[in-house]
Order: sequence, then structure tokens, then C-alpha cells
Amino acid sequence: MNRIKLKLQENKKLLSIYFTAGFPSLNDTVPILHALEENGVDMVEIGLPFSDPLADGPTIQESSTQALRNGMTSDKLFGQLKDIRKTIHIPLIIMGYFNPMMQYGVEKFCQKCQEIGIDGLIIPDLSVDVYEENYQSIFKQYGLSNIFLITPQTSEARIRFIDSVSEGFIYMVSSASVTGAKGTFGEAQKQYFERTAKLDLKNPQIVGFGISNRQTFEQATTFAKGAIIGSAFIKFLKENGVEKIAHFLKMLNHD
Amino acid sequence: MSYHVNEKGYYGEFGGAYIPEMLYPNVAELREQYLSIMLQPDFQAEFRALLRDYAGRPTPLYFAKRLSEKYNTKIYLKREDLCHTGAHKVNNTIGQILMAQRLGKTRIIAETGAGQHGVATATVCALMGLECIVYMGEIDIERQAPNVARMKMLGAEVRPAKSGSRTLKDATNEAIRDWINNPVDTHYIIGSVVGPHPYPDMVARFQSVISEEIKYQLLETEGRDIPDYVIACVGGGSNAAGAFYHFLDDERVNLIAVEAAGKGIDTGESAATSVLGKIGIIHGSKTLLMQTPDGQITEPYSISAGLDYPGVGPMHAHLFRSRRAEFISITDDQAMQWGLELSKTEGIIPAIESAHAFAVLDVKKFKPTDVVVINLSGRGDKDLNTYIKYFNF
Repeated sequence: MNRIKLKLQENKKLLSIYFTAGFPSLNDTVPILHALEENGVDMVEIGLPFSDPLADGPTIQESSTQALRNGMTSDKLFGQLKDIRKTIHIPLIIMGYFNPMMQYGVEKFCQKCQEIGIDGLIIPDLSVDVYEENYQSIFKQYGLSNIFLITPQTSEARIRFIDSVSEGFIYMVSSASVTGAKGTFGEAQKQYFERTAKLDLKNPQIVGFGISNRQTFEQATTFAKGAIIGSAFIKFLKENGVEKIAHFLKMLNHD
Repeated sequence: MSYHVNEKGYYGEFGGAYIPEMLYPNVAELREQYLSIMLQPDFQAEFRALLRDYAGRPTPLYFAKRLSEKYNTKIYLKREDLCHTGAHKVNNTIGQILMAQRLGKTRIIAETGAGQHGVATATVCALMGLECIVYMGEIDIERQAPNVARMKMLGAEVRPAKSGSRTLKDATNEAIRDWINNPVDTHYIIGSVVGPHPYPDMVARFQSVISEEIKYQLLETEGRDIPDYVIACVGGGSNAAGAFYHFLDDERVNLIAVEAAGKGIDTGESAATSVLGKIGIIHGSKTLLMQTPDGQITEPYSISAGLDYPGVGPMHAHLFRSRRAEFISITDDQAMQWGLELSKTEGIIPAIESAHAFAVLDVKKFKPTDVVVINLSGRGDKDLNTYIKYFNF
């Protein structure tokens, strides 16, 4: 059983962190991963930067632009992660847009992920329909969970379809928006979290987009299994650097 | 072989909908409804009436006598430059604003490069009294000040795209992000035959009025409803899609798509996607696009802002791969010379985009009996500053 599924069985709310590989500096990937695991983070999404990240707000866009300027590529990321499983034990997911994976070769990309010990992929612009028809068998062959997004606008029928194709968890986008911190969640979002929980899906849900602090984390995980912090962490890294990561997690007060 | 979109949204291996889940409900709604809405008699009646009374259609198919004598062949110009707002773009925006109304949308967003599509969108929004937001790269806003002013006069809000290279592709990204953030009340009027299915097909159908008119106009003047050649410039490819549309399945008609070579194919400053592009995903569509080996989308270059796009619509990618259309690339200098040539020979100042299409007359030899239709997609008023700078007028 892969690390994502094992982690999901733990009796706790999971904290997952997203960061863009190659930001703030090209070689920060491994030190960031170490700092996150040491400070009790349950799971990490490693962002493979893309020139045109359609689903991302300004913070992650800027970090991607900077990472590309720093020289990050698929090959470089795989190189940095080559021996990562000697030291890092939490689930690792690569999150990126489809074009760089296509150019690398989808099968070669998956094979490389398996070799390194990557547990899953999140590809926002590869829809579940295209995945199921063309790529599911490849992902399965290399033991990768592919994680899909749902939003407040996703119909119940489609959520059930996504649930049937998913393995691991469902990435629940908190509101109709691109990524980025927004303060707190309103009534509509709480209802959406609750409504989704009541669907009794086979895959647990982890909430992302708009989680920035203890309060939003708790709101998001009242009904969901966990939550993902991305933009808020990137902002912190930009302002404070890699050495202060422990401080960020202390602020979140996650135990 | 079919050159039209199949039921899954593909042209051969190109097309489809590679979109984040956040866009799925909107794109699915459009996909499920666009054909039935377009085919409704009241939609057609309103669309046709606006094309006639508002946009000024049919546009003339003008026999260019002096040009024909000079090149010893029969050259016709399809005068899309005479459309309201100065280019073919308005054919699509009229169609899409009617579509948006029938889908119950009240807020319109669009992207624009040179500003032509932005102006055409702002125009129809003013006509229908709908809120209009146009995304435009920060750099293009500086380069195309008159069109920014036109959009503002028409009541649109012009929002600068400040990300990435701050040009058309980034304006498109910003418009898509806006649609993600406003999934219920907003319709996105894409300006070319690009984007996720059904956009390429929908836009091509709205633009197909160009070739529909060419057919009956040629029948009147030449006694046959097909030309030997149709020539059109391609950025994303909407004017070419419209000019080719009704001839796609008739292989007697040679289709020539003209791309911008910029400063030259090998200079690193070019927009000739068929030569420099590889298959990939851009703006929700699988097509040919210019990119690094690592799959990062690169910045194209052309002196004409309307051809300055790193991809090409999936229909054109298929026409290129299947060799149904011949692709020719024309440099800035060739196009600029033709801007002057057409002005002096026929008294028509073309948009620099359209001037690229004319340069094919220097590259390719036509027979005296050939009927050659060149799609004159836009007028040159918007390019006056570029012409002035280039020729030192």
C-alpha cells in the first residue's frame, strides 16, 4: 500500500504543505522537505513550476516564474529528489501542469516518480475524463495515485465519478477561485464542506485553496480529513527564508 | 479524412479540453448547448440581422484588377477590413454575445493582444448593455494605446495582465483565471479558434460566414462557387478558419495559411508555430505550440500583434499535419513591404496581419486562370504608428 493510503488511515487531521520546487533558490527543494518532515508535516506537494499556471493566483505564479528563472526543470527536480527516500518518509506528491509532463513523456515521468518514491500526482489541467481514457493504466502500472480536484460547482454525479476514478484522496477546492489566501471561510463554504462529507465517498477529502492559518485549517478540517497550505507558505518562504520554516509551523500550532 | 471537429472535440489528434476542474461546469454547459442554441431559428435570425445591419455584411469580394494584372492571375480580396470595428473579429463577438445571453450570463470577459478582439467585444457589450472586462498584457497596453482608449469609450474595463511576459498569452491566462473566480454569471468570449473544446469549433462556425459569402459571390462573378486558392494569415487562426471553413472538405480548393516569421525563422524572434512548434497543451487545447524542451511556453515575436501567439488553433494544427493546408511563413519586412504595395496598388491600407497573406504572391507562382482569394482580415488604421516608424513617414 502506498504511503498516501497509509497516512490517510492515521487517526488525525492531516496537514499538507505545498511549495514550488526551485523557489526561493534552485537547490532549496531538499532542505525544505527536511524542514517540513522534521516539523511534523504529514504530507507534501512539490510544485513543478510551469510558465502558464492557469489555476494559480499571483503568489504561486510568481514563485513559479522565479523557480523557472532559477533554472528549475523536470530533470533537475528528479535529480534533486534522487535519494530523497533515504531520509524522507512522509508521502510526497508532485503537483504540476500537464504540458511539462507531456514533453518529458508521460510514461517516462511516471516511471521516474516510481523510481524516486513519489506517491502521487496532482495535475490540475488533466481532467478526469482524459485521464481515465488515456492515462489511468500508466499511472496504475507505476503505482501512482492521481489526485483530482472538486469545487463547490462540481455536481454530485461528477463528484461520484471522480471518486470512482480516484485513489488516495480528493482535493477539495475550498471556493470558486484560483489559489491564494483569503482570510476566513464563509457560511457557503462551510455548507459545501459539510455537504461533501455527507456524500460518504470512498476517498477522504483534503481541502486546499485559501487555507492560511490555524483558524482556516480548523474550519476546513471540521468535516474533511486534512488541509493543504500553499500560497501562505510560499509567502512566508519569500519573506523569511528556508531556515525559519519551523517558525511557520509553530504559528500554525499543529500538533 | 474529416477536417471538422469530432464528437469528442478533436481535429485528428489535436483539440480536446485540458482544463482545471474549476472550469468544467462552464465549459461543459457550453459544449452541451452551443450547437442547439446556434441552430435555433431565432438565434440565426438575430445573428444574421446583426451581421447585416450592424457589422455591415456581406463584405465585398473585390476583384483586385491592378494586382491581378501585375501578378498575372485572378486575385479577389475578401474585404473583412470593411466590417464594423475594422476586422473580422466582430463576426465572432456578435455570435458569442448572443450565445452568452441565451446562457443567462450577465458579465463578459475577453482577452486581447493588439486590442482588435477587445474592441470587438467591448462593442457588442455596449450594444447589449452587458458588463465587459478585457484583459490585456501590460506591454500591449503601452503599445496599443488607441485601442485601449476605444475600449474605454465603449464602456469596457481594461485590466492589465501583469504576469509572465505580459502579452497576449498572459492576458488569456488572466481571463481564464477570472472565469475560474466567477463561474456562475460570466461568459468568456475567446477571440480566436483556440481554447478548450467547444471554443475552436464555435468560433470557426461564427467566422464561417466569410467562406459562405465567398462561395456565392464567386458564383456571381466567376460562374463557379470555388476558388483555386484561399490565402489567409494565421495567429490563433480565426480569420483563416472562417475563410477556409466551407472549402475544408473540397480538396479542389488549395488552402494556404500564412504565419508570421517575425525577424526570420531561425532568429529566435518568430511566431511561425508550424515550423517551430511541438505538440503540447496551451490554454486548454492540445495543439502545436512554441515551447522549450522542458515544456515551458515561449514568447513569440511578430511585428503584428495579432499574429504574436505561441500556439495555433487545433484545427490548423490538424490542417498542417494532414497537409490539407500549405503553411508559409512571411517575415516582418516582407509583410511591411506588402502593406505599402497594397496601399499603392489598390488604395487599401491593410492591417499588418493581413499584409502577411499578400506576401504569398511573391513566394508562390499562380496560373493566369487561377482564382485566388486573399482574406483581407483587417484594416491598417490601428497599425499606422507601426507603419510610420517602419517607413519613417
